[in-house]
Amino acid sequence: MSIVFYVIAGLAVAGALAAVLLKNTVHCALALTVAFAGLALMFLELDAQFAGFAQILVYIGAVAILVVFAILLTRGSETPKDTVYSRNWIVGLVTAAGIFAMLAWAVLHSAQALPGPGGTTAAVPSVTVMDIGNALMSRYVLPLEIVALLLTAALIGAVIVAMHEKESAK
Amino acid sequence: MQETISFTPQLGASAITGMLWLIPAVPIVASGVIAVLKQPKRKTASTLAIGSLGFSLLLALIAFAHVLSGWARGQAVRETANFTWFQFGTTNVDLGWVLDPLSAVMLVMVTFVGLLIFIYSTGYMAHDENYTRFFCFLSLFAGGMLGVVIANSILLLFMSWEIVGLTSYLLIGFWYLKPSAAAAAKKAFLTTRVGDVFFLLGIVWLFGQTGTLLFYNGGAGSIETNALTALLHQHAAIGLSAAGAIGLLIFAGAAGKSGQFPLHVWLPDAMEGPTPVSALIHAATMVAAGVYLIARVYPLMQAGALTGGTTTALTVVTWVGAFTAVFAALIAVAQNDIKRILAYSTVSQLGYMMAGLGMGGVAVGMFHLITHAFFKALLFLGAGSVIHGCHEEQDIRRMGGLKSDMLVTFVTYSIGMLALCGFPLLFSGFWSKDGILEAAQHFSVSKVPFYMLVFGALLTAFYMTRQVSYVFFGVNRGAKNAHESPNSMTVPLAILAFFAMALGLIGTPAWPWFRGFLEGRAVSFEWRGFLEPGLLGLMATSTVVVLLGLVLGWRLYGDNTPQPDESDVLERALPLPWKWLHDRLYIDEFYRMTVIAFYGWWARVADWLDRRVWGGAVTAVAWAFGLWAQLNRFLDTNVVDGGFDKGCDELSTGGGLLSRMQSGRVQMYLRLLALAVMALAAILIWSSRP
Amino acid sequence: MTPLIGYLLLAALLFAIGLAGALTRRNAILVLIGIELMLNAANLNLIAFWRYGPHPEALTGMMFAIFSIAVAAAEAAVGLGLVISIHRHAHTTDLDAMNRMKG
Repeated sequence: MSIVFYVIAGLAVAGALAAVLLKNTVHCALALTVAFAGLALMFLELDAQFAGFAQILVYIGAVAILVVFAILLTRGSETPKDTVYSRNWIVGLVTAAGIFAMLAWAVLHSAQALPGPGGTTAAVPSVTVMDIGNALMSRYVLPLEIVALLLTAALIGAVIVAMHEKESAK
Repeated sequence: MQETISFTPQLGASAITGMLWLIPAVPIVASGVIAVLKQPKRKTASTLAIGSLGFSLLLALIAFAHVLSGWARGQAVRETANFTWFQFGTTNVDLGWVLDPLSAVMLVMVTFVGLLIFIYSTGYMAHDENYTRFFCFLSLFAGGMLGVVIANSILLLFMSWEIVGLTSYLLIGFWYLKPSAAAAAKKAFLTTRVGDVFFLLGIVWLFGQTGTLLFYNGGAGSIETNALTALLHQHAAIGLSAAGAIGLLIFAGAAGKSGQFPLHVWLPDAMEGPTPVSALIHAATMVAAGVYLIARVYPLMQAGALTGGTTTALTVVTWVGAFTAVFAALIAVAQNDIKRILAYSTVSQLGYMMAGLGMGGVAVGMFHLITHAFFKALLFLGAGSVIHGCHEEQDIRRMGGLKSDMLVTFVTYSIGMLALCGFPLLFSGFWSKDGILEAAQHFSVSKVPFYMLVFGALLTAFYMTRQVSYVFFGVNRGAKNAHESPNSMTVPLAILAFFAMALGLIGTPAWPWFRGFLEGRAVSFEWRGFLEPGLLGLMATSTVVVLLGLVLGWRLYGDNTPQPDESDVLERALPLPWKWLHDRLYIDEFYRMTVIAFYGWWARVADWLDRRVWGGAVTAVAWAFGLWAQLNRFLDTNVVDGGFDKGCDELSTGGGLLSRMQSGRVQMYLRLLALAVMALAAILIWSSRP
Repeated sequence: MTPLIGYLLLAALLFAIGLAGALTRRNAILVLIGIELMLNAANLNLIAFWRYGPHPEALTGMMFAIFSIAVAAAEAAVGLGLVISIHRHAHTTDLDAMNRMKG
């Protein structure tokens, strides 16, 4: 494991932790952005350039901004609360910890089953954008179209859901 | 003198015998019709009753004429009409009726005297509000009594016997609202019941031995020769043959009905009933039923007797009769109720009849029965007339001097009294009683009954004179405005008085028509009849005795009978014997101390059993049920309800608990979801471990 | 420890953190943030397996991850639109206060 990995990992984890622990919601959104960035670097480290750039474009460029917008739009009537954590938050924490433990155990337990670094580390896959484009258009064209449909529906849905209702009873 | 009757009876049913059943049936039907009449229909009731009995009288006379004509021709008539009522298995239950001299004579007597008394009752009971009921019962009684008379089947006789007993109960207790009357009715019924039990035993035994219920059945009847021979050869007990034993049992039944000692106690109390009832039932007819029964089964009683001798059964009958005659006459001397004196007199005379049957045979006993019926009915009706005239006063000490106020009653009563005493020659009682005394004189077993009966005759004359003196002579000690009774009452008195005198003629030794008629022999009038050895002497003796009694009574009482508050002459003379006699020789008290006390004890035992043992058992069962119910209630409340309610509570609590999971908060749902996924994953990993 | 295991562990950690955040924070938007984190962790997992698994030239993992990104973006849009709509009605984004489905 190289040092780069640990640095980027640390960045991502820190960003994630900050995202869930900070009091101020906007700070949380920004920390999320840092986490996304860290992940994008991870992708790059993994020689998945396209995925990394897609991550930056979509997540940091759209989703994070969306989250900030939402926070700002729902800000007006927030009253100071006693705590940022909901009732019975222990249960959630314990559950998350439990799941992490389970996942970690599964990964470590099946270490021998996983493909080792010796065989395939050297072979860095040469994946070009053209290859990805070809694949998208040939093999994965159906999912592509469906995702397009899904995005359209989501777009329309989100607009409708968030739209002001003019005919509300006044 | 007893003679065995040996004539060849003419059997087979003529038309008259075939219609004989109408004689009891018509009054019974009349009784039923009266019972369902809409009340009150006084005229209709009495007309129905009198009409039906009149019709029976007519038929009885026709039957009598038939028998008479047969007798005149020299044939002894005994016709039967039998039929089988039903069968069970191989046994036949037969009923039937018989027409012979005995039943013919009895039929005429019962219907005639009954009719006169019915007519008398229309006057006597005119002011009673239960007039209709009275005639209904009277009619029923007449039917029952006539049934007894014509019965050829011992079962039919018993059935009619019971009807007679029932109506006696109903009529004694006619004024049932009076406690003494109700008690007297009960006493009569229960006392005669004792006799009836023995009677029933005799019937069953007779039926069992002979196999037939019929008396006469063309040689196969139970008292005909074949059966009697068989019965004689059966040994029963202590020297008695079956015939004798059955005879004694039947006599026990007769003793109950006819008031012989010791079952006489009901007769004096039976005077609680209206006077016509006393006259008809307890003087003339019902009490005579016992005597008639003995006469009917006489061949059975007499079976086995050697010529000139007698049987055990008949000896017992004689002794009981003689004893009763004297016993009752003694008590009658010290009584003060006009009807009670006559009641004891009846008991005494019934004793005479029984003694006559025992010693002299059917004719002797039956003759006295017939004459007694007339003059005793006359005496009772006369007493009723006196009571009626004295405004319901019955104590003789409060009467007196009525001979001028109630002339017809006085004359007829005197005739009846003299007949009862046996005043010589003119009165029927003399001839009939002499018949008995003559038989007693020749009684082979002992002469004691003879002396007893003579003593009884003395007493009879004495107490009757005493009674007549108290009632009709002397000064009027009580009743003011005593008046003579209406014609409906005095005319029957006159008719009966006539017969009380005239009937003597058919039984004199010179012309023993009655005896001849009953025995089926031709009889002619012969003065030589008086010249039988000992007969004139006997007649003289009885005359002397009667006159002695009359004179004694007249001397002691006569015109100077004492006032109500004074004591009787004899009482002053012999206070203690008087008291004993007045208290009826304590027979009732003896019964109360023994029999009734025993029954009372028994009743208490039964009551204790019922309340404690059976009642206790029932209570225990009820208590067990109650306990069971309590247990169930406990279970129900605590286990079922409790359990059920608790279960429901738990359910609702659980529901409440579970519903808290539906907090409405999304994050809680998410947490649960995550937990579930974790669990599933764990299971998955766990199960796929190598 | 192979690099793959390292990446996998990292992905698990990020996933857990995201889950914890989704389950414990009061604000609805933070729940969505947590969900985004979880999705990203899954993406990392996919890419890691693509890189170190057999046949990377088939691009299976990569495609999966790309589509996942697209769908996640759509979902974020709709979700945030919903939050805004709820905020308009209840004037709050406090999840604890939204318990009208309680029962």
